[in-house]
Amino acid sequence: MSTVDPGLRDDIIAAIPNLRAFAISLSGSVDKADDLVQETLLRAFANISSFNPGTNLSAWLFTILRNLFRSEYRKRRREVPDPDGAFAATLTTSPDQNSHLDFEDFRAALERLPPDQREALVLVGASGFSYEEAADICKCAVGTIKSRVNRARNRLGELLALDSAEDLAPEKSVGIPVPATERL
Amino acid sequence: MSGKRNMTTEDENEGRGAVPDAVATTPQRMSATALDGDIQAKIGQHLRAMYDDVVRQGVPNRFLDLLSQLDQPSGAGKKPGGGAGS
Repeated sequence: MSTVDPGLRDDIIAAIPNLRAFAISLSGSVDKADDLVQETLLRAFANISSFNPGTNLSAWLFTILRNLFRSEYRKRRREVPDPDGAFAATLTTSPDQNSHLDFEDFRAALERLPPDQREALVLVGASGFSYEEAADICKCAVGTIKSRVNRARNRLGELLALDSAEDLAPEKSVGIPVPATERL
Repeated sequence: MSGKRNMTTEDENEGRGAVPDAVATTPQRMSATALDGDIQAKIGQHLRAMYDDVVRQGVPNRFLDLLSQLDQPSGAGKKPGGGAGS
């Protein structure tokens, strides 16, 4: 086992919160996410010599985590996400009253996305990776990532538009009196 | 917390690099644009709020413990309770 440079070690520690957030979005469960992160750290330390200093450490760690998740996932064939919603379980600060319902709607909509789309959206929209980095992590073309992110946004937009349309709609076209001028 | 790049512009410029069929599949395109922008902004906010809420929890002790074990030269062994097994 090679020793890890202290600076690098600190950088790895600094990446842990982001790894957890990504792992939760993948696995749908806080417990599974933390196991994934732990396994990722073990792998990273065991293979630290294959990390190229000066390259993107975060992307390297995310790639390890994603690969672990993929192989676990293939092994177990267990897709069922935590019905209670993993992100909800982690909430320490609840959003203000007004937006709470919105937030619930959003969480539910996010969990309805296909895994590939959700993953791409989280990497680009929340983890802060560029399309190129996300493509690197997911081992696919940049165009594929862009298209997944767009589809994810459109799908979420549809799901949430339905919700807000219901919220906003005044009693629409039901029993509205016809203006007298229009009488035949 | 690091590297929040290209995200604020991302929401606004949605359509620019969009894949044509992705756009075409969106129903009710007509009156939707104003609502769309609003919703896309909201999606961005919610996504980051959700994610950042986890990030803000910092590094749980179990990982700090794990790392300090990994650091010890003699600690080459497996961590007890080391995850993925069960």
